[in-house]
Amino acid sequence: MTETTVESVDTYVDAHEHVTEDIALVVEDTDLPRRLKDRVYDTVDAREGVTTEQADEIAQAVESRYLDTRVDPLDPVGTVSAQSIGEPGTQMTMNTFHYAGVAEMDVTQGLPRLIELVDARKTPDTPIMIVHLDDEHATDRERAHEVVWQLEATKILALGDVSTNVADMLVSIDLNDETLLERWPTYESATEVAGIVADIIEDNLGVETRRTGTEIEFGPEEPSYRELLQLVEQLREIVFKGIEEVTRVVIRKESVDDSDNDEEFVLYTEGSAFADALEIEGVDASRTTCNNIHEIYRTLGVEAARETIINETMETLEEQGLDDVNIRHLMLVSDIMTNRGTVESIGRHGISGSKESVLARAAFEVTVNHLLDAAIHGEADDLNGVIENVIVGKPVAIGTGDVDLRMGAAPSARKSADD
Amino acid sequence: MAGATPKEIGGIKFGLMDPETYRDMSATKVITADTYDDDGYPIDMGLMDPRLGVIDPGLECRTCGKHSGSCNGHFGHIELAAPVIHVGFTKLIRRLLRSTCRECGRLALTDEEKEEFSEKLQRTKDLGGDPTDVLKSAVRQARKAKTCPYCSHPQADIKHEKPTTYYEVQDVLAGEYSERIARAMQPDEDEEGEEIGEGMAPQQLADETGIALDRVNDILSGEFRPRQEDRKALEKALDVDLTEEDMNKLMPSDIRDWFEDIPDEDLEALGIDSQGSRPEWMILTVLPVPPVTARPSITLDNGQRSEDDLTHKLVDIIRINQRFMENREAGAPQLIIEDLWELLQYHVTTFVDNEISGTPPARHRSGRPLKTLSQRLKGKEGRFRGSLSGKRVNFSARTVISPDPTLSLNEVGVPERVAEEMTQTMNVSERNIDRARRYVQNGPEAHPGANYVKRPDGRRLKVTEKNCEELAEKVQPGWEVNRHLVDGDIVIFNRQPSLHRMSIMAHEVVVMPYKTFRLNTVVCPPYNADFDGDEMNMHALQNEEARAEARVLMRVQEQILSPRFGENIIGAIQDHISGTYLLTNENPEFTETQALDLLRATSVDELPAPDGQNDAGQDVWTGRTVFSELLPDDLNLEFTSSSGDEVLIEDGQLIRGTVDEDAVGAFGGEVVDTLTKMYSETRARVFINEVASLAMRAIMHFGFSLGIDDESIPPTANEQVDEAIDSAYERVQELIGTYEADELESLPGRTVDETLEMKIMQTLGKARDSAGEIAEDHFADDNPAVIMARSGARGSMLNLTQMTGCVGQQAVRGERINRGYEDRTLAHYKPDDLSAEAHGFVENSYRGGLTPREFFFHAMGGREGLVDTAVRTSKSGYLQRRLINALSELETQYDGTVRDTSGTIVQFEFGEDGTSPVKVSSTEENAIDVDSIADRVVDAEFTSSEEKARFLGREEPPTNLSEYAGPGLDKAQGMGAQSDD
Repeated sequence: MTETTVESVDTYVDAHEHVTEDIALVVEDTDLPRRLKDRVYDTVDAREGVTTEQADEIAQAVESRYLDTRVDPLDPVGTVSAQSIGEPGTQMTMNTFHYAGVAEMDVTQGLPRLIELVDARKTPDTPIMIVHLDDEHATDRERAHEVVWQLEATKILALGDVSTNVADMLVSIDLNDETLLERWPTYESATEVAGIVADIIEDNLGVETRRTGTEIEFGPEEPSYRELLQLVEQLREIVFKGIEEVTRVVIRKESVDDSDNDEEFVLYTEGSAFADALEIEGVDASRTTCNNIHEIYRTLGVEAARETIINETMETLEEQGLDDVNIRHLMLVSDIMTNRGTVESIGRHGISGSKESVLARAAFEVTVNHLLDAAIHGEADDLNGVIENVIVGKPVAIGTGDVDLRMGAAPSARKSADD
Repeated sequence: MAGATPKEIGGIKFGLMDPETYRDMSATKVITADTYDDDGYPIDMGLMDPRLGVIDPGLECRTCGKHSGSCNGHFGHIELAAPVIHVGFTKLIRRLLRSTCRECGRLALTDEEKEEFSEKLQRTKDLGGDPTDVLKSAVRQARKAKTCPYCSHPQADIKHEKPTTYYEVQDVLAGEYSERIARAMQPDEDEEGEEIGEGMAPQQLADETGIALDRVNDILSGEFRPRQEDRKALEKALDVDLTEEDMNKLMPSDIRDWFEDIPDEDLEALGIDSQGSRPEWMILTVLPVPPVTARPSITLDNGQRSEDDLTHKLVDIIRINQRFMENREAGAPQLIIEDLWELLQYHVTTFVDNEISGTPPARHRSGRPLKTLSQRLKGKEGRFRGSLSGKRVNFSARTVISPDPTLSLNEVGVPERVAEEMTQTMNVSERNIDRARRYVQNGPEAHPGANYVKRPDGRRLKVTEKNCEELAEKVQPGWEVNRHLVDGDIVIFNRQPSLHRMSIMAHEVVVMPYKTFRLNTVVCPPYNADFDGDEMNMHALQNEEARAEARVLMRVQEQILSPRFGENIIGAIQDHISGTYLLTNENPEFTETQALDLLRATSVDELPAPDGQNDAGQDVWTGRTVFSELLPDDLNLEFTSSSGDEVLIEDGQLIRGTVDEDAVGAFGGEVVDTLTKMYSETRARVFINEVASLAMRAIMHFGFSLGIDDESIPPTANEQVDEAIDSAYERVQELIGTYEADELESLPGRTVDETLEMKIMQTLGKARDSAGEIAEDHFADDNPAVIMARSGARGSMLNLTQMTGCVGQQAVRGERINRGYEDRTLAHYKPDDLSAEAHGFVENSYRGGLTPREFFFHAMGGREGLVDTAVRTSKSGYLQRRLINALSELETQYDGTVRDTSGTIVQFEFGEDGTSPVKVSSTEENAIDVDSIADRVVDAEFTSSEEKARFLGREEPPTNLSEYAGPGLDKAQGMGAQSDD
């Protein structure tokens, strides 16, 4: 460790009224991490008149507590973490329940959700987004709704009634004025919006439409009953506004601690399209999240994906009343899943399948193929890992097996001479 | 055995084997498809040839001269009459056929492309990726080439018919080539009315193609088949296709010849190890015969021999092989030869893998599919997971467990019979020779006896009843004695499923009569054990290193804190908690005899100053004072108990509050947790032991039982419950009314039906809760069930509610019960009845009894729970296996990083701050209370400089190795060992 100089501690002295240079020097001299040193300064600062000697003692005591709580070197933290997540798995439920008080939504939870996360599935069973709004939109229900219409996929049935006139081979849509104005709040008249709707229909179905006011009519080019029905089917699928994947949005009022406003509106969506949602005006991109790890990875990168895995697993455990599981275990799982810069699953297709050792892979799953492939590529197993060494019957290089101890042969007189 | 050096495997290299190496290695050629002759001796050059190793006792191996048991066996070989394909490599064979040239054997890639793939391969290797992916993309690229970039030979397409047949799809000259040419030369104008192309005279054609005119005429007349170049020229000139597709079967021998031509450099570009695994070795010409020891035959009770599946398969192969050779020598027609070849291929295929899709599995006479090579390796019971990752061990025992509150939590009661089987090796020296002699003298059947002795010359002698006296005399320093387990030995104890590390802990032995393992009830939570017939395993350790590790790291007291949540997982349970609750809740008074009786099983043998006097003038001590005797004198704590009152401990005295689950319980009991973290594991062990025995004394002092009457409430209360339920029914009816009148407002995002269901569920849930509240109001505070629920000993208020008030709504899949008949749950109800009782609301209590219909609904809910549990265990078991497999290599290093065994850094500091999950509870925001430390330092609350030094410095508590060396009850009774520190 480099020698602590008087100059280097200036920042801490300047930042705290009651921290003298001497105090800073003794504190900086300890092996404490930054956050604990800062806390020592804060504590010293909070009670005036702490002498340098006392500060030294405080720092010493904190240091000993700190060293006590550190992980031991060569601790098999991986196995411990795996056990700490796997063991409570037996206590979890298999059912889908409502999401954290949002009674309106069903979300996969419990063991199935945990498996889903660890598998790093491309799409979760029930994708959702939690969309936070910026200050402007968060407090006003009307403005929050504007964002909702930008998000929620609007299909024709939400806009009006569709009827088929078989005699004239026509599909007629009677649009609801109020709904149109509600969902396109920037427009003045409903007929204008109806025009937009008609244009979208023309673009999507490739038919000519006739519009009178807010009524739209169209039919197949040549009279065909089958085609007419097909048109209606297609019409129902058209997304007029919003994001196709988002099928439903629920608005909830939630209290916030770190903002001036006590309460704000938060949107919960069924279905997710994270990248698209972030583009929408009024969405607070810094707080909006989604439960699809891969979407987060694609839009925000691995670090965000890592964070999401931690948060999602923690939430899943908390929901099951297992909130006492130490978050460090989840961090480790998350870190190994994202260690190579992409999101990898835990299992045959991910971490376990890409292990260096042939024997370790063969012992996990698809034994024979791994052996045959290893033969072709002329692979060699250096027997570094745990599983390989169990197989060949050697001590594993983990924990106490990782320590090479040699009896000291040096004469004992040397030691006292050093003192 | 003597002098044998233990061999350590440094590494394993994988590759294919050269057939020549097979022949060299082979102990014998196998030619006879038979095993034993009529006299029961193995036939020479048969499948059980004694040169392949021996399995029958008494016979001698003709290769190594060893006897059965010590001879590992030797490989033999079968010379195959014709080459056959190894099924495991069919995909690779296909890929190689497609990517290499038929003519010159070279990879159909340009040098630049090859270079590119070599680089890609290197990168994949460096990044730890799968080289097969590179191979695949290289093959895909090479397949695009229509002709070989080196010899310009056109590349034929390869068709693969699973599992082992390959066809070369070639464009060959069509049979009617002359007609085609003629047609092209004289386009028929009549056909479409317009001219297709201009006609061409033979002379013109000859000029254009460079073929001599008379040759052209020959071709036209069909007398001469144009060669390839000529055909191409003709096709070009006439713009006509003269070819047709032809499927040419590639025999394994053809493939072998083909592969022999592939140059080494080209293989390297594909990531194939050219030295270790030449592709032609994937086509077998010699078949290795596994040693007899790998396929032992078993003798049945009736003296008949039953051969191993592999032997059966080998018999088939040799038979067909023989027939093949005979037929070929006899000059059998090609058709027969091909049939036999295919049959041989089939047998070799199933010998390697008997689960190939599209191939009928080879079956045993009984119809059972044979277990051949691949099947031996695969799966949970296969070689890898069954025999190599999980090994069978000696010195292990398994029996039923039962509780024994007199044991320390570090101990395990071991039945004498087990102790006499499990031995520990004693190195006899001057210091222990008397003990060693005594053990030997006792013989193998008396308890602290010995089973074997080993002389310095390595000879092992069995101690018997007869020779024990005599042998005891002979024991000298330098001998080894395998003595029985005795009290104080360390053993490993385990209960499956071993879900976390606390499922395997080290205990000290206490040898006991009878036949069960005995353990203190406080270790039930970590093992998740109960005594309804659970069995547990015990392992006796066999070397000093293991014993030392077990003592220091694995002993129960070292595992008091769970790494999952950083709090204690060992602590008081069930009756212990009821006991401490009774002792401290109302703070009862005890006379001297009573107080001493409470503390009799603890190390406390003196009472403090009495708290007062009773009416009779006797000195009395309160429950809290008695409890405080177990606490260290300088303990200060403040917390809320699970029964809801504030607990205050000052200077080791319980000032106020109830001691219950939150104080001493397993899973985060505040006092136990603090003792373990702030004092030492040893102190916590002593405390837990003593709390358990104090609590047992206390609960016995007060008496504690639960009967059916404890769940009854007065009739008036019952009426109130009925009223509450009736009013809930009314509200449900109202809801149904509004629903039927179509007036029910749906919740956002829900249908009206869903809304109704949710509201009914809510109403009925509330009804049960209010029934519970009514019942709770009528329970006395000393009701045992209430005490158990409040103190956290066992059960909950919900259980009580269900026993006394109302069981409540039964649910399947989180909904009211909706299944059964069409539109109704049971025939007892009208269709579409939405009422509470028709959908599984149980209004009765367990005590009152359920109606038959209620009982049925209750069983439905109960069944769902059972199914759920069964499904969950298998799912979570697999999840845990995957997690462990993925994370097992991770370890913290001396520099604080977390790395796997190959050195890849996964975390720069474990959990971002390097703190251990064992020592810091996840719920704590800051593990270190800087404020209180500062308080103590500034206020200088130290009585002595030693205390101060202890506070400031890092105090390493002395390593406690045994119950016999240290605080707590004096196990050694004043004459035993002292702690080594």
